[in-house]
Amino acid sequence: MARIIEKRHLTPVTKLFVVEAPLVARNAAPGQFVIVRVSESGERVPISITDFSRQAGTITIVVQVVGKTSGMICAMEEGDEILDFAGPLGRPAPLPEKGHVVLVGGGFGAGAIYPLARELQQRGVRVSAIVGARNKELLILRELLESASDDYHICTDDGSIGHKGFVTERLQDLLSANAGFTHCFAIGPMPMMRALAEATKPSGLTTFVSLDPIMVDGTGMCGSCRVTVDGELKFACVDGPFFDAHKVNFDEAVVRSKMYVDEERLASELATAAR
Amino acid sequence: MPIVYTKKTEMPCGDPAVRRTNWDEVALGYSEERAIAEARRCIQCQEPLCEQGCPVNIPIRDFIRRVAQSDFEGAARIIRSKNILPAICGRVCPVEDQCEELCVVLGKQEPVAIGRLERFVADWERRAGAHEAAKPPKRGAKKVAVIGSGPAGLTVASDLAQLGYSVTIFEALHAIGGVLRYGIPEFRLPKAIVDEDMERLKGRGVEFQANVVVGKTITIDQLMDEMGYEAVFVGTGAGSPKFMGVPGENHKGIYSANEFLTRVNLMRANAFPDYDTPVRRPKRAVIIGAGDTAMDAVRTAIRLGADEAHIVYRRSEQQMTARAEDYSRAKEEGAIFDWLTLPTRFTGDDQGWVTTMECLRMELGEPDDSGRRRPVPISGSEFTMDIDLAVIALGTNPNPLIPQTTRGLEINDHGCVVADSETGRTSREGVFAGGDIVTGAATVILAMGAGRVAATAIHEYLERKAADRKRTPSGDKRRRHRKTAG
Ligand SMILES: Cc1cc2nc3c(=O)[nH]c(=O)nc-3n(C[C@H](O)[C@H](O)[C@H](O)COP(=O)(O)OP(=O)(O)OC[C@H]3O[C@@H](n4cnc5c(N)ncnc54)[C@H](O)[C@@H]3O)c2cc1C
Ligand SMILES: Cc1cc2nc3c(=O)[nH]c(=O)nc-3n(C[C@H](O)[C@H](O)[C@H](O)COP(=O)(O)OP(=O)(O)OC[C@H]3O[C@@H](n4cnc5c(N)ncnc54)[C@H](O)[C@@H]3O)c2cc1C
Ligand code: SF4
Ligand code: SF4
Ligand code: FES
Repeated sequence: MARIIEKRHLTPVTKLFVVEAPLVARNAAPGQFVIVRVSESGERVPISITDFSRQAGTITIVVQVVGKTSGMICAMEEGDEILDFAGPLGRPAPLPEKGHVVLVGGGFGAGAIYPLARELQQRGVRVSAIVGARNKELLILRELLESASDDYHICTDDGSIGHKGFVTERLQDLLSANAGFTHCFAIGPMPMMRALAEATKPSGLTTFVSLDPIMVDGTGMCGSCRVTVDGELKFACVDGPFFDAHKVNFDEAVVRSKMYVDEERLASELATAAR
Repeated sequence: MPIVYTKKTEMPCGDPAVRRTNWDEVALGYSEERAIAEARRCIQCQEPLCEQGCPVNIPIRDFIRRVAQSDFEGAARIIRSKNILPAICGRVCPVEDQCEELCVVLGKQEPVAIGRLERFVADWERRAGAHEAAKPPKRGAKKVAVIGSGPAGLTVASDLAQLGYSVTIFEALHAIGGVLRYGIPEFRLPKAIVDEDMERLKGRGVEFQANVVVGKTITIDQLMDEMGYEAVFVGTGAGSPKFMGVPGENHKGIYSANEFLTRVNLMRANAFPDYDTPVRRPKRAVIIGAGDTAMDAVRTAIRLGADEAHIVYRRSEQQMTARAEDYSRAKEEGAIFDWLTLPTRFTGDDQGWVTTMECLRMELGEPDDSGRRRPVPISGSEFTMDIDLAVIALGTNPNPLIPQTTRGLEINDHGCVVADSETGRTSREGVFAGGDIVTGAATVILAMGAGRVAATAIHEYLERKAADRKRTPSGDKRRRHRKTAG
C-alpha cells in the first residue's frame, strides 16, 4: 500500500499525486515507471515516474483519464491508500553525459520528461524542452519543467498559448535553425512519438522514445508488452521503455495497443453508468 | 490381509460437458470410503521405496497406514511434518514420475494412488478445521530474505521461520504463490486452497512483502549490505516466456501461455467486466506445444467459450511431455490434437487480428539430443488453419532480472543461477538459490525439495558464521566478499 499525501488538479482530466513509497523512491531513476492497481478487481497499469525524492521517500505521478482505471486513480484523494504500487520498473533513460538534449513531451509526457531534465541539468547537459497540449487549459507543469530546462517551448493545437501546431513542427523548425541538438528523448502518445521518429530521421538525430504498450506484470513474465525494435523481439517493461525511435516498428506497436478497445469501451461505459 | 485390487480406486470427476462451461475443480477427490479402500491397497513395505521418490521425503507408508485405520488426523500430522502444501501437491504432483513411479506394487498392478490420498488427507483436515492452531515462533534477530513466493521460496521461508529466523518473502507481483497463483488454473488448483495455505504460512511467522521487484525496487547487494539481511534465497522461477520467432507472431490475439494464463488466473479476466482485465474470447483457438502448460491453456480456451480448441505440436503423441491425466482430461473436454504439425507463419486482417496460421506437416526422423526422434518437415505439405486466438506454450527461460542485477552470481549458459544441489549455495557468499531459477522449468515438489535443502544449509551457514564471529570479532567484515567454493 502506498498513501497519497498530495493531490493536485492539473487539468480537468489530469491529476498529480505525490505518493509515499520510500522503497520505490530509493532506487528510482529518470525514465522509469511504476505499476499501479487500485482495487481488488482492478487492472495493473503502468504509470511513469514524474518526480521522486529519496529524502522524502516519495514518488510523483501524473495520470490522465483515458478509461476506467485511470479514472479510478484520478478519483482518489489525499490520504487514500493505493492498493498496489510496484517499481521502479524498466531501465532508466539512457541519458548522455554531455551535449544538448531536446526533450519532447505530450499529454502526461509533458510532466514525465521532468526527471530527465533535472538529471541532465545536474550533469551539466544543455536541455531544450518542447511540450505539447491541445490548448492552454490542458498544458501541465509549466513552471516545474521550465525551471529545469535552458529553453522551453510550448505548442498547442489551437495556439491558445505558445506556438500553434504540433511539437514535431516546432522541433523541425529548431532543427532547421541548427539548434545543435545531440540527442532527443520523447514521452507521449504513440502517434506523437511516431511522428517524431520520422521528423528526426533525415538528420540522423539520436532519438529515444518511451513506448507504452499494454502491460500486465511489468517484470518480463508475460510478453504482453512485446515490441519489435530493429527486427528483434523486446519486452518494453524490462528492455525499455526507451528504445531507438528509428528502429521501432511503430505499425505493429500502434496496432497492438488497440487490442482491447471494445472491452475498454465497455468498461468505461459501465463505470460511468455506475457513477 | 489387505484386499488386492488391480487398479487405483477411481476418483470422481465433473461431467466433461458441464465442466467445459465452468471453472470449478474437475477432480472431485476421494470420499472417506474410497480413501480407506485405496489405502488398503498399500502393502506397507518394510522398506518403502515410494518415499525415495518424494523430494520432500513424506513418510508415505505411515500416513497411508493411518488412512487405512481411519485415523485421518494422524495421517495429516505425518504429512504436515514434511510438507507445508499437501493440498496443493496432492493435486499437482506428477506422481507417475515421483513417488508412485517407485511404488512396489507397480508392475503387478497400478501403483497406490499416493497423490490422491495425500490430497484426501489435506482436504479432510481443511474441512475438519483440524489444523493445529498456528503458534508463530518468535521472530529472532537474524534476518533472512527470500525472493519469490513460489513453492521454493515458501518452503525455505516456512522452515527458517520455524527455526526462529525473521524471514521476509519479497514478491514482485501483488499476490503470493508464484506459478500456483498465476499459472495453474482454478479448475485444477482452486485459488481458495492457495489462499488458505498462504494464510497459514503467515500464521507460522513468515512476513510477505508484495510488489517488491528485487533487482529493481531493491538489489540483493542492498538487502545484504544496507538492510541487514544475513542470507538471501533466490527462488524467482523460470518465468520468461519463449516465442517461436516466426513471421506474424505479434498479431493481436497471439499470447504467450504465461500471459494468457496470468490474465485469467491472477487477474480473473474470465470474469470481465466484473474484473477489469480483459482477455480475448476465442472461437477457434490453437495452443502451440504439448506440455502441462499447453494442456492448461487449451482447457482455459475451451472454458472461455472456444468452439474449437486445438493443440498443435511438431512432434507426435508419444513424445509430448504433458501428464497422461491432464491429456485425457483435455481430450474429454473436447480439445483437438494436431500432432506432427509445425506452425510457420501467422497472418491477420486489416485490424491486425490474427486470422490464419500456416503450417507444415512433419514426420519423425533420426533421434535428436533429447533422444526423441526429430520431427522433419514433409515437403509440399503446407496447409492453413483459420484461427482467432493462438497461445504459444513452448516453455520459459529463467527470469533474468536477478542475474542482471547481482554482483558475483554465477549463471550458466541457459541463464540459470548455478547452485549446489546439496545445499543451494551459489557463487556468492550468503546467497542461496533453488527451484526453477536453478533447474529451469520443473515441478512444484522439486522446487519445494530445493527449498528444504537450502533452508537447512542457510541455518548451518548462519550458525557457522555466528560461531566464527565469536572467535574473530572482525572476521565477518574480512570475509564478506569472499567467494564460497562449491
Ligand atoms: C511505460 C508506460 C508509462 C505510462 N505512463 C503514464 C503516465 O505517466 N500517465 C498516464 O496517465 N498514463 C501513462 N501510461 C498509460 C497508462 O498505462 C494507460 O493510460 C492506462 O493503462 C489506461 O487504463 P484505463 O483503464 O484508464 O484505460 P483503458 O480504457 O483500459 O485503455 C485506454 C488505452 O490505454 C492503453 N492501456 C490499457 N490498458 C493498459 C495497460 N494495462 N498497460 C498499458 N497501457 C494500457 C491502451 O492503449 C488503451 O487503448 C503509461 C503506459 C506505459 C506503458
Ligand atoms: C501453467 C503451468 C502449469 C504447471 N503445472 C504443474 C503441475 O501440474 N505440477 C507440477 O509439479 N508443476 C507444474 N508446473 C511447474 C511448477 O509450477 C514450477 O516448477 C514451480 O512453480 C517452480 O517453483 P519456483 O518456486 O521455483 O518458482 P515460481 O513458482 O515460478 O515462483 C517464482 C516467483 O518469484 C517471483 N519473482 C520473479 N522474479 C522476481 C524478482 N526479481 N523479485 C521478486 N519476485 C520475483 C515471481 O513473480 C513468482 O511469484 C506448471 C507450470 C506452469 C507454468
Ligand atoms: S508430495 Fe508429491 S511426490 Fe511427495 S508423496 Fe506427495 S504426491 Fe508424492
Ligand atoms: S511402495 Fe507402494 S506399497 Fe510400498 S509402502 Fe509405498 S505406497 Fe505402499
Ligand atoms: S508486461 Fe509482462 S512482460 Fe512486460
